[in-house]
Amino acid sequence: MAQRPLSPHLQIWKWGPHMLVSILHRVTGDGMALAGLGILLWWLGALASGPEAYASFAGWVWPDLGALEWSGAAIIASLVKILLKLVLIGLSWAFFSHMCSGLRHFVLDIGAGYELDTNKFWSVASPVIGIVLTAGFWALLLLK
Amino acid sequence: MGNGTSIGRVRGLGSSHEGAHHWLLQRFTAVGNLLLVLWFVASLIMLPDLGFASVSDYLAKPVPATAMVLLIISTFWHARLGLQVLAEDYVHDAGNKFALLLLLNLAAIGGGAFGIFCIVRLALGGAL
Repeated sequence: MAQRPLSPHLQIWKWGPHMLVSILHRVTGDGMALAGLGILLWWLGALASGPEAYASFAGWVWPDLGALEWSGAAIIASLVKILLKLVLIGLSWAFFSHMCSGLRHFVLDIGAGYELDTNKFWSVASPVIGIVLTAGFWALLLLK
Repeated sequence: MGNGTSIGRVRGLGSSHEGAHHWLLQRFTAVGNLLLVLWFVASLIMLPDLGFASVSDYLAKPVPATAMVLLIISTFWHARLGLQVLAEDYVHDAGNKFALLLLLNLAAIGGGAFGIFCIVRLALGGAL
């Protein structure tokens, strides 16, 4: 590719919420595509393989933190289990955040919501609503 | 039509008639994801527990099994389209981009096929 001058890029612009929500949309979407679909297939594969495989899956992605072992080689496995639990919580946030910024995209797609104040408001509101929905989801799931 | 810069080579040819197709499919699958993943989230909340017996019984029923197959198709399709844009934006070497898009198509179709097979196996009682 020819080496030509590039137009001004990220580093020279003053950051605004519309830039944040745009990047969050890409990060949460591609994060779910790469990590979320993998875990979804792991879950379905475990279900299709029977109770033992399912118990093994659950032990990895949703470990009982109090029962983790902290000696020898088990330390690595325990760290991976904690990481997977965090990934699962992160994926739930990624879904709700991506859903809210995606709904914002639908509004922008029909040509609405470009007025500066409106655009700024929904750029801030989308990720905030995403966090609220994530908290509500876990509250409903864990408190039932 | 010139033969110098990349923009010069395509100027005057009109649209490639492919961009809108990708854009529309991204929206169609987005609506599919919205409905199906919200159904999935609601199912996780409504199930009495997320143990093997509850989940496998539920997903083996005709309507949940169908919804789950559609969820796999819609999410994998949407993910394939989204990751394609990621590759097109950040991988500038034509050969690497081609290889990555090839792998992406194989992974999306392969992963989706595996997911659907697992649901069919559950629904038709292979795992029990």
